[in-house]
Amino acid sequence: MIRASQLSKRFGDKRALHGLDFEVPHGGFVLVTGPNGSGKTTLLRLCAGLAAPTDGELEVEAPRGAIGFLAHESLLYGELTALENLDLYGRLYRLPERRERSGAMLERFGLWRARNERAGTFSRGMLQRLALCRTFLHDPELLLLDEPFDGLDAEGTELLHAELSERSATALVATHDPDSLAERATARLVLA
Amino acid sequence: MSAYAADVAALARKDVLLELRSRDTLPAMLLFVVSALTVFHFALPAGSSARAETGLLWIAIVFTALLGLTRAFAAEREHGALDGLVLAPCDRSAIWLGKTIGVTAFLVLAELVALPAFALFFHPISWELVAAVALADVGIAAIGTLLAAMAAASRARELLLPLMFLPLVIPVVIGGVGASVAANPGSFLGFLALYDAVFVILCWASFEYVVTE
Repeated sequence: MIRASQLSKRFGDKRALHGLDFEVPHGGFVLVTGPNGSGKTTLLRLCAGLAAPTDGELEVEAPRGAIGFLAHESLLYGELTALENLDLYGRLYRLPERRERSGAMLERFGLWRARNERAGTFSRGMLQRLALCRTFLHDPELLLLDEPFDGLDAEGTELLHAELSERSATALVATHDPDSLAERATARLVLA
Repeated sequence: MSAYAADVAALARKDVLLELRSRDTLPAMLLFVVSALTVFHFALPAGSSARAETGLLWIAIVFTALLGLTRAFAAEREHGALDGLVLAPCDRSAIWLGKTIGVTAFLVLAELVALPAFALFFHPISWELVAAVALADVGIAAIGTLLAAMAAASRARELLLPLMFLPLVIPVVIGGVGASVAANPGSFLGFLALYDAVFVILCWASFEYVVTE
């Protein structure tokens, strides 16, 4: 599903990734680990198509609409409510029954009661839950998750584990806590 | 409604809703354009030519638009929402078109106040001036939105946007002033329409490359 060959990315003089080779098979669940600045976020952005490699080749066998991307930022609008944010994405992804789907996703992540509150008023953990709702809303074939447990409390962590265990999507997950997903992982990619 | 039109409508509606809630762009544009016209009214000597007065109106319009454009992608920058839109399966030009419609709407609202204020301070407005302003709005919003998206990715966005935008709208000011005061405004209005057509097509076709690294 993802194949990288001699993948490199530079930002001016700064080398973010250099000569990376890896493959994620269909249905694989790969953890990406490494110290700060090792290029985990850059790798996910390359796989999402949000950035282009400086060198090497990267093949991602998933159309744009089939990718679920969770970034450091929520990719949401602070002035829209939780439900309006999901409704907007539901429209753009042309989801059937998007309102029902949005509502179900908010319920699953414990945000139903806050559905009419603006995302900008959410705590860090609530915003991360809403970002997870956005990521999973369209049942993506490929999950690109950057520190998915960031900001989540024990209940949120539990909910995310449950969500991931129910899904068979191919996944590339950047994390500083690989042990929490060790059982689910099929491989590890360690960036230096 | 086609899927493309539905995407554009959803994105434009989102921008209007964001502005209705945050009220951080339109009030600033209104305050600026009225203040600028007031200052020009007292600064210009009595008996000044219609050409000079109209020129000042166009300067006020261009800088009011610039003020709005600096905030055009503020909501997208706040939580990285532009990446979310870029990842959606909709045509990326729909993002540009939706935003351009929003920018045009705010500019038109500012002009609904600016033109009567101009008539009050200087001289009555003609249909040629209104037509020129309407045509100019399309070109200003089209090129301005594309440049605002480019600038949004840069740290020096407040500096970059005027540097790129102002030289490109000089033809709009020339066409606008010409259409407002010339004996034969048709050729200037035609020039503005041509400017719109060229830049709408260019911006529509190139937006995809602007929002990906």
